Amino acid sequence: MENSKLQALAVNATKARLLAVQMVHDAASGHPGGSLSCLDVLTTLYFDVMRVDPQNPHDPDRDRFVMSKGHCSPALYPVLALKGFFPVEDLKQFRSIDGHMSGHVEMHVPGVDMSTGSLGQGISTAVGMAMAGKLDHKDYRVYAILGDGEVAEGQVWEAMLAASKYHLDNLCACVDVNGLQIDGPTAEVMPTEPLDKKFEAFGWHVVTIDGHDYGQIEKAFAEAAATKGQPTMILAKTVKGKGVSFMENDAGWHGKAPNDEQYAQAKAELEAKLKELEG
Amino acid sequence: MAEKLATRAAYGESLVALGEKYPDLLVFDADLAGATMTKAFSKAFPDRFFDMGIAEANMVGVAAGMAACGKKPFVTTFAMFAAGRAWEQVRNTVCYPHLNVKVVGSHGGLSVGEDGATHQCIEDFAIMRAIPGMAVLCPCDAHEMRLATEALYHYDGPAYMRLGRLAVETVTDAIPGYQFQLGKAAQLADGKDVTIIATGMMVQMALKAAELLRAEGVSARVLDMHTIKPLDEEAVLAAARETGCIVTTEEANVLGGLGGAVSEYLAGVCPVPVIRHGVRDEFGRSGKAPLVLEAYGLRPEEIANCARKAISLKK
Repeated sequence: MENSKLQALAVNATKARLLAVQMVHDAASGHPGGSLSCLDVLTTLYFDVMRVDPQNPHDPDRDRFVMSKGHCSPALYPVLALKGFFPVEDLKQFRSIDGHMSGHVEMHVPGVDMSTGSLGQGISTAVGMAMAGKLDHKDYRVYAILGDGEVAEGQVWEAMLAASKYHLDNLCACVDVNGLQIDGPTAEVMPTEPLDKKFEAFGWHVVTIDGHDYGQIEKAFAEAAATKGQPTMILAKTVKGKGVSFMENDAGWHGKAPNDEQYAQAKAELEAKLKELEG
Repeated sequence: MAEKLATRAAYGESLVALGEKYPDLLVFDADLAGATMTKAFSKAFPDRFFDMGIAEANMVGVAAGMAACGKKPFVTTFAMFAAGRAWEQVRNTVCYPHLNVKVVGSHGGLSVGEDGATHQCIEDFAIMRAIPGMAVLCPCDAHEMRLATEALYHYDGPAYMRLGRLAVETVTDAIPGYQFQLGKAAQLADGKDVTIIATGMMVQMALKAAELLRAEGVSARVLDMHTIKPLDEEAVLAAARETGCIVTTEEANVLGGLGGAVSEYLAGVCPVPVIRHGVRDEFGRSGKAPLVLEAYGLRPEEIANCARKAISLKK
């Protein structure tokens, strides 16, 4: 990947992380851990991969995205705002009774293609969108991000079967494998590995990457687009809480807001990172 | 002799007829296409029929995704699994985003017969009705089902419709002035002493109960409440005011369904005696359908008894 593109992605992802931490702090509630872990994949999707137009959010030919782990609104909303779907100012209303920035991802937020929140359900809707694309002979692609804890939901595997049956090569899903969920390590709460063998057995093309390496992320999405006759699953190995030192690899930050002091530290760390990137 | 046809058969025919006219109509099933009668559609329009296997939760989600892309999916399986197994998917992925998915539950109620309690869904009205923004329908005969299916295609929003397994007599086509309008009760007989509000195949039994009552000089109004939600409050209020007491009858648990809807509404505006006839908060069991219905008191004589009781409670 060219250096300028790589730098632009890193800048946007860092800006999104700053907004994510700010939103959760200001609302005094929300899910920072899994939002921070998936933000590099999400930023690459919206700023490098997907065909979307913030001026025409309902374009029938647009690429679609489903945040199947719907609690990661602090990842999706900032990316949509930075992309230009709505003013960054609106993020101040996150989880507020006065605003439209609901706690979990909802379709009345401009740019959101599907309401999610109840785990396991979003991926089925992504399958439906991909099937509709095939039916209408449209060339749009459908993307989805799932959590590795979410994969314990039986419905995910029902969706895997269906995507395979209908040869949905216009569908690319990504599991944000950060290894942690609310109650602790995924390997202890409900072991789901080996995920690659499982998804392969369900008929998916599987690519495993470092979910914080923009070059690998971009390459994986290109490989997905080039894969014919079957859907692609990207297993993105990530760090929960990525970018904020005290949140990294700590399940306690799954659904907890930082206090003022913690927020100040997180902000300082991310601002330093941004300054370093922007030189 | 009037036509005798199961509402599931009329639904299956209607899908094919509508499919000819509307290319955005899609049909989903979960390995029950023969029983739910969507098979004819699958043969006529193989590109628009999706057998999603025995995986109802995913089927509902996929249909929601299709609806978000402008399609009009009819998702069909047994009532037990459409309303029961996939309830939360229907709530969160269909109703909350207000997507245009029609959830259709066949083999509702005790008249499933031999398959027994695990397949006799008597809770669908209550649990579907409890979801904000969800319409709930249960047409009584083939004629009404054809009209309801077309109306549902044109209805913009989520809806649940129950189909029955048994062949039932078609009665609505012979009613002068009968019109199907979603959310509006059809008055099948007028009366002044009591109103029987019925849904699904209890409508035919309500008409028989009204005849039994007429023989003893009791005049019963019969309302066919094919749309349980939104409830036709105007018709219910007029019935309460004009006849002074109500019997509701449904092939479902007496908790939370049609009887619940009528009682909840009248309690606040015109409290008159309401006797709720249906399954008395118990599971069904195996047996030939007519015998199961008989065993659980789902018969005209029992509706007539409820009417006598309601009349006796009038002030």
